[in-house]
Amino acid sequence: MSIAHVYKRDHINTDEIIPARYLNTDDEMELASHCLEDLDGDFVNKVAEGDVIVAGDDFGCGSSREHAVWAIRGAKVGTVIARTFARIFYRNAINCGFYLIESQDAIEKINDGDEVEIDYENGVIRNKTAGVDISFNPLPDFALEIINDGGLLNHITKRQE
Amino acid sequence: MGMTITEKILAKAAGAEKVVPGQLIDARIDVVMCHDVTTPPAISMLEEKGIDRVFDRERIVVTPDHFQPAKDIKSAELHKRLDAWARRHDIKHYYKLGRAGVCHALLPEQGHIRPGEVIVGGDSHTCTYGAFGAFSTGIGSTDAAAAIATGQLWFKVPASMKFVLNGSLSPGVYSKDVVLAVIARIGVDGALYRAMEFVGPALAEMSMEARMTITNMAIEAGAKSGIIGFDDVTKEYLDEHLKDKTDYIVYESDSDAEYSAIEEFDCSAIEPMVALPHLPSGGVPVSECAGKEMDQAYIGSCTNGRIEDLRIAAGILKGKEVAIRTIVVPATPEIWKQAKDEGLFDVFYDAGCVISAPTCGACLGGFMGILASGEKCISTTNRNFVGRMGDPKSEVYLASPATAAASAVEGKIADCRKYM
Repeated sequence: MSIAHVYKRDHINTDEIIPARYLNTDDEMELASHCLEDLDGDFVNKVAEGDVIVAGDDFGCGSSREHAVWAIRGAKVGTVIARTFARIFYRNAINCGFYLIESQDAIEKINDGDEVEIDYENGVIRNKTAGVDISFNPLPDFALEIINDGGLLNHITKRQE
Repeated sequence: MGMTITEKILAKAAGAEKVVPGQLIDARIDVVMCHDVTTPPAISMLEEKGIDRVFDRERIVVTPDHFQPAKDIKSAELHKRLDAWARRHDIKHYYKLGRAGVCHALLPEQGHIRPGEVIVGGDSHTCTYGAFGAFSTGIGSTDAAAAIATGQLWFKVPASMKFVLNGSLSPGVYSKDVVLAVIARIGVDGALYRAMEFVGPALAEMSMEARMTITNMAIEAGAKSGIIGFDDVTKEYLDEHLKDKTDYIVYESDSDAEYSAIEEFDCSAIEPMVALPHLPSGGVPVSECAGKEMDQAYIGSCTNGRIEDLRIAAGILKGKEVAIRTIVVPATPEIWKQAKDEGLFDVFYDAGCVISAPTCGACLGGFMGILASGEKCISTTNRNFVGRMGDPKSEVYLASPATAAASAVEGKIADCRKYM
């Protein structure tokens, strides 16, 4: 069961996802314990494995800190669904093998606390609480290839073999 | 159809005759910039994957800056990891404490930035180097690891937006005000995924330092890169700063190159700007927010911590006393020494400011000037996100060094023009 944590906001930035005061470590579990701290101090207490974050435009804007992706991944979040993503965050997620979903409608059709199920293969978010299906365009092939290889470094190593 | 300067640089890096926006390329990297926050994790990744190598020990530039001198035990550990790696691979350009500085001020100053090259760095403000007619962009740690080991990275060629800076800046108005006006107009994702190309007569009048302030903040509009073409001002800077590799290729955009948008600005009409919390796009003319009480002024960072910025601030602070905590952070040791030699330290000391060692410091809420709950800071830095410089309930107001200095004197947001 995946619960949606919905933030009806644009420009949720890397300082809100993982404040710089915690960048003196790259330990994923430690970063995860501060995930979204300056946006929603209670997030780490309510998030469960496989849950999803839903937001508006430009999610992850700001710093190049991959720590933002690690904090979210470390908090066992399954995916982030946003209308759009900031460029470096998007790239970092792909490079880490972490799937992101771009959807224009999700923010309108999912309420905080709704139960969702994601069909990555067919590009469908099923909002089981509202009984609504929301389709999305799967990531482009080159990104899928990197994600399926388990991230950029595995992808490179594999290509060189 | 012609190509933009960005497309030409990327075509060369990809070994192609031509590239078009949206095209995926494997680009050869000329320089990789490494600092203390994002590189240690990259090193660990390379070690874990068993590919602990560097593509070229002379094309990697290392400088701790974010938490240097080490602010706590954990950051000391980051520095230790960075140091051990740089020594193990005999990195040629490794700037240790005493020579290390805020990366985006240090690399151009030490002659590591050349036109026509592709530069990446594990820091979002790597876009700064575009001021030299180079393609430069910020990357995360995994990309940094790949770039360090292979000297190659995948890119999607960005579409370009053209920003025409017409007119001439009025006294008291600086490049920081221009870039805040640009971002106020297009928004923090107004240039998402794109290259921001700046042209125009107002730009031609700017020094390289002033230009770097503009390209530095391209990321604050969501851009992949910012770029400015080569001219005599660029050449003069490079002649002075380039050391070993003095050759470079100059590219310029074709007259029939394609832009996804063209934005014109009359710089003569721009006033000193202040970006209100909590987005860099919150810029308003100083007249709309003057009088707002501040608790701290911060003059430094990769955006405005260069010698020209310190001279501007000192020009206003000379013979005056600051009314609030004021922290001056020369961005590199060379700038620090220059400021000292020029007597700027005396001005700052007499005014009641504190002068820091070169560091990113409080710009990103690291240390050396963190804000308490409810405090407000007028800052020459680049971001005013929630919690950026300290407590989530603190506030950051972005402005030029002149506006920050004038505001320091009055203890509230002030129009620097009355001190000219």
